[in-house]
Amino acid sequence: MGNQPLLQVEDLRTSFRIQDDYHAAVDGVTLTVNENEVVAIVGESGCGKSAFALSVMGLHPEGRTKLEGNVNFNGRNLLSLSTAEMNKVRGKDIGMIFQDPLTALNPLMTCGKQIEESMNYHTKLSSSEIKAKALELLKKVGIPNPERTYKQYPHELSGGMRQRVVIAIAIACDPSLVIADEPTTALDVTIQAQIMDLLKDLQKQMKTGIILITHDLGVVAEMADRVAVMYAGEIVELADVKTLFKNPLHPYTRSLLNSIPSTTSGNDRLHVIKGIVPSLQKLPRQGCRFKARIDWVDEHEHEENPILREVEPNHFVRCTCYKNFHFPENIGDMNNDIS
Amino acid sequence: MTFLKVNNLKVYYPIRGGFFRRVVDHVKAVDDISFELKPGETYGLVGESGCGKTTTGRTLIGLNKATSGEILFENKDLTKLSRKEFHNIRRDVQMIFQDPYSSLNPRKRVLDIIAEPLRNFEKLSKADEKDKVAYYIEKVGLNAESIYKYPHEFSGGQRQRIGIARALTLKPKLIIADEPVSALDVSVQAQVLNFMQDIQKEFNLTYLFISHDLGIIQHMCDRIGIMYRGQFVEEGTSSEIYANPQHIYTKRLISAIPDINPENRERQTELRQEVNAEYKNSYDKYFNAEGKVHKLKAISDTHFVALP
Repeated sequence: MGNQPLLQVEDLRTSFRIQDDYHAAVDGVTLTVNENEVVAIVGESGCGKSAFALSVMGLHPEGRTKLEGNVNFNGRNLLSLSTAEMNKVRGKDIGMIFQDPLTALNPLMTCGKQIEESMNYHTKLSSSEIKAKALELLKKVGIPNPERTYKQYPHELSGGMRQRVVIAIAIACDPSLVIADEPTTALDVTIQAQIMDLLKDLQKQMKTGIILITHDLGVVAEMADRVAVMYAGEIVELADVKTLFKNPLHPYTRSLLNSIPSTTSGNDRLHVIKGIVPSLQKLPRQGCRFKARIDWVDEHEHEENPILREVEPNHFVRCTCYKNFHFPENIGDMNNDIS
Repeated sequence: MTFLKVNNLKVYYPIRGGFFRRVVDHVKAVDDISFELKPGETYGLVGESGCGKTTTGRTLIGLNKATSGEILFENKDLTKLSRKEFHNIRRDVQMIFQDPYSSLNPRKRVLDIIAEPLRNFEKLSKADEKDKVAYYIEKVGLNAESIYKYPHEFSGGQRQRIGIARALTLKPKLIIADEPVSALDVSVQAQVLNFMQDIQKEFNLTYLFISHDLGIIQHMCDRIGIMYRGQFVEEGTSSEIYANPQHIYTKRLISAIPDINPENRERQTELRQEVNAEYKNSYDKYFNAEGKVHKLKAISDTHFVALP
């Protein structure tokens, strides 16, 4: 494949039917993921990050969802594949790690059987070979006693161990792309650190591309190579991780960074982003979508039809409003609600 | 007079089994902890899930029964009070719960939710009650008209603020906040945290802030107690804990916080490996044969560490 990107998403638009109308939750997202690269997608809940991931995996319910655009993977457009063809890609070429390891695992199957499931489906190995591979996978994800865990049910394991099993399932068929949807959100800090280190290790070994979906900028800073910040279905800023944290430009990125407690010290006020993420029906489809939440910024600072523009090499920002953006002085005030 | 002093608190849950479901053993959820809260401060309880921090909070407010030990609130021992006497204490101690989706009754209007504590303690006329609820709902930054709405009409951050308004109505002295922002988005989290600081000043509140998020604890708390398996491993002021952690378990917790600067990524991974190696090698030094920590020893006036 040479220099071709692993996954190339072009102008993806995912719309859900709400009361006979289609509303786009992912609205024209273009993103590439290369081999051996971790691309993080960050944003508040309701920004369309999970909708994006599920679109790539083809996991949206068919009747109520409309998918447009291209998702090129291995020279094929995933959106044009039939369910049967897609089933051959899911779990084999693309693995997925879900947020909550307890609901992602089947409570009635032993962990070993669940890891074997996808190998049974996708490979022609004999059952003893598959078992050997499953044990090897359990070892690879750092489970201390693979033979025992192989026979255990998910409820017998702690949260961290369960998430390791979920990761083992995701990488069972050596996928070239792994989509991790909030992989550490349900876990304790120390376990989160272990899982992050494990994912980094595995990624280095296997040279997988990872799409990391998270709202935690700390996790992004520790894991990602490139970051896409999503707001209201669009990418508003795209840059490599060091640039993004050193020189964040879009008001939304800057607001997010300013609202985390660990970066501000002592009794400093945290920044509060005014208002809430608009619901799908109320989403402004014209102009800068972040406008309503920074209403102290002058109207003419915004573009009418903002596009994602390259402002320095490999650093993309949407809308011109970043140029003169400043935080208001009375940051973090409460009287700013839209009830 | 001390505001709140907890002495040798133990909360055990029985494990029943065998013949006639006799008590065969205990889960020692909270195992001999002591700490003190000064009026107006924010005290943070930190630890991983299952360490007993929530049980501690629930025991203080009477939702769990203490197995032994004392909880002195303004010199009254809460563990020895009768139900009736405890009722009056409830006025002064309120709780903010973790999940704003399950802690508000979906079938009640906001008015009834917030007025519930008032109805338990004060006999107000309908109009007075409504005024008071409207006052507090505006205090938490919501529209006064929203008192006729139902919880599902609000976003997560707004719901959490309704929960806070409910905790405020009786003008409590102590608020136990059990993971008040864990279920919220980062930006909403900031809003609720700022707001909690504002009302702390305005109403002169004391917080017992329970959380597993060390970033938030550092931001909010004056003093911090680190819990592990039902016991304290370290206690100190915020700067002592974060700048000079002594116990290996504290070091491990702090090294696990993701660093927001991607330039430090390698260093952070190395640090974590070092701390983990130290944790394995010096386990015997910090923990006794049963895997429990030692008694707390003072290393400065405010800094206590569990060392042999």
